[in-house]
Amino acid sequence: MPTLTIDGIEVEVENGTTVLQAAEQVGIEIPRFCYHERLSIAGNCRMCLVEVTPGPPKPAASCALPAGEGMVVKTNSQKVRKFREGVMEFLLINHPLDCPVCDQGGECDLQDQSMAYGVGDSRYKEKRRLVKEKYMGPLIRTIMTRCIHCTRCVRFADEVAGVPSLGAIGRGENMQITTYQEQAFQSELSGNVVDLCPVGALTSKPYTFKARPWELTNTETIDVHDALGSNIRIDSRGRAVMRALPRIHEEVNEEWISDKTRHAVDGLAKNRLDRPYVKKGGKLQPVSWKEAFDIIAKKLKGLSGDQIAGLVGDLCDAESMYAFKALMSSLGASVECRQDGSKVGAKHRVGYLFNSGVTGIDEADACLIIGSNPRKESPVLNARLRQRWLSRKCKVANVGPDVDLSYKVEQLGDSAAILKDILDGKNDFAKVLKSAEKPMLILGQGALNRDDSPAIINLAHDIAEKYGLIKDDWNGFNVLHTAASRVAALDMGLIRDGGVKAILEGAEKGDIKVVYNLGADELDTTKLKKAFVIYQGSHGDEGVRHADVILPGVAYTEKPGTYINTEGRVQRALRAVFGPGEAREDWTIFRALSEVLGKTLNFDDIAALRQVMEKDYPHFGVIDEKPDEEWADFGVSGKLSKDGFTLPITDFYGTNPIARASETMAECRAVMNGANHTEGATGTNG
Amino acid sequence: MLADKDRIFTNLYGFESPFLKAAKKRGDWDGTKKILARDQDSIINEMKESGLRGRGGAGFPTGLKWSFMPKESDGRPSYLVVNADEGEPGTCKDREIMRHDPHKLIEGCLIAGYAMRAVAAYIYIRGEFVHEAKVLEQAIEEAREAGLIGKNACGSGYDFDVFVHRGAGAYICGEETALIESLEGKKGQPRLKPPFPANVGVFGCPTTVNNVESIAVVPEILRRGGSWFAGIGRENNTGTKLFCISGHVNKPCNVEEEMGIPLKELIEKHAGGIRGGWDNLLAVIPGGSSVHMIPKSVCDTVLMDFDSLRAEGTGLGTAAVIVMDKSTDLLRAITRLSAFYKHESCGQCTPCREGTGWMWRVMERLCSGEAEIEEIDTLLEVTKQIEGHTICALGDAAAWPIQGLLRHFRPEVEHRILEYKKTHNAA
Repeated sequence: MPTLTIDGIEVEVENGTTVLQAAEQVGIEIPRFCYHERLSIAGNCRMCLVEVTPGPPKPAASCALPAGEGMVVKTNSQKVRKFREGVMEFLLINHPLDCPVCDQGGECDLQDQSMAYGVGDSRYKEKRRLVKEKYMGPLIRTIMTRCIHCTRCVRFADEVAGVPSLGAIGRGENMQITTYQEQAFQSELSGNVVDLCPVGALTSKPYTFKARPWELTNTETIDVHDALGSNIRIDSRGRAVMRALPRIHEEVNEEWISDKTRHAVDGLAKNRLDRPYVKKGGKLQPVSWKEAFDIIAKKLKGLSGDQIAGLVGDLCDAESMYAFKALMSSLGASVECRQDGSKVGAKHRVGYLFNSGVTGIDEADACLIIGSNPRKESPVLNARLRQRWLSRKCKVANVGPDVDLSYKVEQLGDSAAILKDILDGKNDFAKVLKSAEKPMLILGQGALNRDDSPAIINLAHDIAEKYGLIKDDWNGFNVLHTAASRVAALDMGLIRDGGVKAILEGAEKGDIKVVYNLGADELDTTKLKKAFVIYQGSHGDEGVRHADVILPGVAYTEKPGTYINTEGRVQRALRAVFGPGEAREDWTIFRALSEVLGKTLNFDDIAALRQVMEKDYPHFGVIDEKPDEEWADFGVSGKLSKDGFTLPITDFYGTNPIARASETMAECRAVMNGANHTEGATGTNG
Repeated sequence: MLADKDRIFTNLYGFESPFLKAAKKRGDWDGTKKILARDQDSIINEMKESGLRGRGGAGFPTGLKWSFMPKESDGRPSYLVVNADEGEPGTCKDREIMRHDPHKLIEGCLIAGYAMRAVAAYIYIRGEFVHEAKVLEQAIEEAREAGLIGKNACGSGYDFDVFVHRGAGAYICGEETALIESLEGKKGQPRLKPPFPANVGVFGCPTTVNNVESIAVVPEILRRGGSWFAGIGRENNTGTKLFCISGHVNKPCNVEEEMGIPLKELIEKHAGGIRGGWDNLLAVIPGGSSVHMIPKSVCDTVLMDFDSLRAEGTGLGTAAVIVMDKSTDLLRAITRLSAFYKHESCGQCTPCREGTGWMWRVMERLCSGEAEIEEIDTLLEVTKQIEGHTICALGDAAAWPIQGLLRHFRPEVEHRILEYKKTHNAA
């Protein structure tokens, strides 16, 4: 615990703290470009030079200098100001003065710091450098003349994304940052380099020339594209969502978000349902809300509860689902949330949560992945697991298809029988689990959507018990969900016997007469042809294909809502913009419909809704805390199938209606899945 | 002047074969086993006693450097890396050692490696040294076959191997941490220090990087004793040293001499004097391109060792004496060096990446006189903005030649500008 003096302020810091971090602790900001707290230290921009005694008589880069006992650091002396002016001048001599046409303008580190630490004038009269643009894929626009060679992007690619295709070529002033052979930066996290770039060298391609930061309204909300619940900020102008950016949440997404989270937002303006429709004579016709409700009421009249089934999709907020459940219950009907055919039970919360929490990954020393590809299912969580793996303190093994997780995984095989071997101690990884202090397993949807899933869950449960995954202060039994709505839905018990399969079969047979579908688009709706289908959702996707009534709901950016992520953490989203046309927040639609049906729900505004919801489910009111659930017995022993695991996500860029409506995601799908950009390609190429 | 009996590099000029038989005749590999029987600390102490300072340019005491290596392994092996990436303009001493006396280097590797408890030595040789690498590789093979290195080296019971790794021609890879990066197969860019290589070096293991000459003199020092070596030269600047004399002298040469020999004596005695006599001397760059030049008035009296040259605001560097007589266009000469540093900057850190190009461009204009007088001060300030602000010493090396020029020959630079103005205004 060295004590040092920075600008006359004495501070005691932990061992290994750098001078720059120590200065931050006492509220002194040292300017920097290359330093980033989540990346390795490069020390190459030289902006953070400070005077340090004792030591050599030259300035030291504070980002790379470990704080030492008795150090005296000056960060604001005349000399230090001179150092900074010098570095600033060097950075600017080859940086174009094109701020007026630069997308980084207004949120540019170089712009800000040159205002604060630069001199107003340049003495450079020679020729300036011009660097050719580089192709980095459909999400990253490059203007490499602006690059200041901080190598943040390179370090991010190497360290966090685990796709080391970015690097520097050339030497001296000819050094250039590029991707290997100018191929796309093929990572699910590629968009983050845009945030990391302190200048306008890497900017967002889809957002090019769209808006200026000062025109945007910022709304801090929650992401729904996967079950991690990344904290995001939606930047909007008027009624349009312009972009999504990550917010820092150390326990969830640190400061990364996936490319889908960031760039699927253009799908919010496409394929939207903006008014109610009713099928008349085989064709969908626009109608008024009243007419739509009347038709529904007529249809529901006289039906018993078991002739009605509810379905909820992946993107629903808890309030919508609560209101939906309340409405359906008043009709005697029940709701199913596992549209992917998952067999997970809702009885024990501990049985369907990521119990170690995301931060648990930072402590785990062994990890068994079962039927999951976290890189596609939750890229940010996967990056965290990779960080842990990089520390060499965690061994990772995989049971399931051999996939590239961006780190080295011991591939145990693609068969559920391996779990039995591990349980019986016949597999070598059993020893790793046994000797580990904080072992964990990740049960993916690929392991839960099979006929023998109850048996797999049972095996995972027993492995957890046998190999010390469950301890007083540690629970390493983790389920990785893919749907943002799933945990809240399970908490509310939105499951039916037989799951979604029973609904589809019932509808085919004619036992189920009405299916009320709240945003479920990932199922085969042809089986619903015979039933009267009410689809309520935001996008015209699979769900509307055989719908008889369409009620326009709003998307996640257009409503306040509660989401519970895969850890069981309750988070609140806010409305950034209003929905299009006549689209309404889902709970208000249920409230209005309930009145038409004569079963008026007992809440009139969202506060009242939350009040009754939290009365039924008190933990919904505990915001942003990772719950600790008590261990329980779950799973049913049974015969294992010999089939390999089928992973839930085949197309990362199109897992939900918003992403499928997004042009950017379509482009990503084309480029990232193998097709490579060829510089100067012509029609005769290939 | 160095007596013949004190000469270490007895085949510097290649009059004899570089290979094992001839090398043994010259005294190499004599009693190596006995040296390896000593304990490591006594060898390091003997090296400290000899006062040997690193011959690569910085002049760090070699024995002290070795003592930084861990005495107990924490599981990681230790390595010796020999810096044979001799790229400093004007320097050609390591090259002579490797092509004419490679066994001195190999034996030195073994002894130094033993002293620092290393398991192997990597000799990182400059890519352009094709012939030297071949000779060295052959010599290593010979030594290995003769049981001098490899398993049970020299019958000492100590296992030690030597490998040659060829560079690809980047000057920056002569910087020790960039060399380590390059040896690991990465882009040659200097690392931040700390951690120092003795802590985390090549492949993440404790490493010492030494110059070829520093290692090649080790066997002789241990055979004759540290006090013998310390008895040559001046205090703190002991031993013999290879000087590379080039430029406007009558007989450019490499020569082994006593440290602290007067520059004038060195040039007159070994290089046949300045072209056109001593009075025709304009300036000398005494230690390879990276140090300040000194004008004739300083050359008259200065001694060639670390401390005397330092007192004159320059340095011994690699002891590559670049002599320039009065026919030299100093501006053109320094501009050429600026172009070199601009070309060889690795581009990692800002001041050097951006500054070397800036300095070179201004130098080009100063050269033709197409500049303003004020720009000289700007240039000087730019050199100060680079010096000491970079990760490695290349920034300093790029700044110093220009600072040296402006310190001693500023009137010439101003004159050039005024001349240009005169001719061009007249036209």
